[in-house]
Amino acid sequence: MNWEVIFKYLPQLAQGAILTLELVAIAVLAGLILALPMGIARASRHWYVRALPYGYIFFFRGTPLLVQLFLVYYGLAQFESVRKGPLWTYLRDPFWCAVITMTLHTAAYIAEILRGAIQAVPPGEIEAARALGMSRFQALFYIILPRAARIGLPAYSNEVILMVKASALASTVTLLELTGMSRTIIARTYMPVEIFFAAGLFYLLIAFVLVQAFRLLERKLRVDALQGR
Amino acid sequence: MTLDLYGFGPALAAGALMTIKLALSALTVGLVLGLLGALARTSSIKPLRWLGGTYSTLVRGVPELLWVLLIYFGTVNLMHALGELFGKPELELNAFAAGTIALGLCFGSYATEVFRGAILAIPKGHSEAGMALGLSKGRILWRVVLPQMWRISLPGLGNLFMILMKDTALVSVIGLEEIMRRSQIAVTASKQPFTFFMVAAFIYLGLTIIAMIGMHWLEKRAGRGFKRSAA
Repeated sequence: MNWEVIFKYLPQLAQGAILTLELVAIAVLAGLILALPMGIARASRHWYVRALPYGYIFFFRGTPLLVQLFLVYYGLAQFESVRKGPLWTYLRDPFWCAVITMTLHTAAYIAEILRGAIQAVPPGEIEAARALGMSRFQALFYIILPRAARIGLPAYSNEVILMVKASALASTVTLLELTGMSRTIIARTYMPVEIFFAAGLFYLLIAFVLVQAFRLLERKLRVDALQGR
Repeated sequence: MTLDLYGFGPALAAGALMTIKLALSALTVGLVLGLLGALARTSSIKPLRWLGGTYSTLVRGVPELLWVLLIYFGTVNLMHALGELFGKPELELNAFAAGTIALGLCFGSYATEVFRGAILAIPKGHSEAGMALGLSKGRILWRVVLPQMWRISLPGLGNLFMILMKDTALVSVIGLEEIMRRSQIAVTASKQPFTFFMVAAFIYLGLTIIAMIGMHWLEKRAGRGFKRSAA
């Protein structure tokens, strides 16, 4: 193991790690916003409300993220209307393509987490809210969603960690995040073991910090106590 | 979209076959590693527990793609040294072997936790009963613990297998001609990226659906004997 090489390229790897964090941060937040209406619709009692999010979730969970990324980055360029459209500035930029794909992908998973969480809210609490004269929307916003947020938080934290790892795929569309940066450095130094080792340590560090942060948040929101544990 | 897929149909079918082969071989490696990991994790020997824990934590914390790249490019020197030892200096890990090892390693690290949970879920009285009957430790493991562990962990393993099926796409990065790589080749020749990546997506969707049906069947089969004995 050549430690000198690792130390020499540490700043560049850190730069890649920052891009990784940027990608993940935007994706998991935008994904959450996108997943909210989908998760609520997915928990609906009416099949026609459930059908569309179900199809979306089925596609995005059943196909590899790599395929989705290539569909957005290379695939959309097949259509003349997209190339001439107003969104082309974003769709030909690998950063935005990665962000869009990761958001769409993670939204499908988060929507499923939300559905599970919404359905896990004790029915008695919803009935109590309705008995107090709350409308359906009031019950949703004041009772069901805050409760579901706490129930779904542990699963959401898992999803965030998974997205950190999934972000490595962005390197396949020429983005210089942690993995992409490592591959560039390796092309220069021919030292795959050292550089990938260092990149692996960065991923472990990011995952560790995120796990601790979520643990803190869970304690603050008293997730354990609320789940009767 | 024309139905003959610009003549790439057979190539894509061959790619799908390669994907299935890769998934099954990685599954085999992963199940063995997962079992070893779980036995180490639940062992009464402290260094073994530590080893199993380190394996599952380290592998799960690093992206699958990085493992594929690390094992494919990182073992060149190692394979070279091994080759010289056996008089075959050209020895190299091909993409299929590297993919199998990398994906198997990742599957195994998750399977370790699934198996561990299953082992812990088996009532302690069962192995105590085995001991009271005079069975050896090995026989208790083989006859009492493993059959129950297998049944309990099947749903978890099914999920992991679905994830593995999708992760096989990563091996296209090191050039193995599975669905993803074949689609990329078709895209280069036909200039129809959306068409071919969409076709790839639907092949993966089909494969995961088949895997899902297979897992349901396996779960039902494994649960059958259990229900009968419980009644």
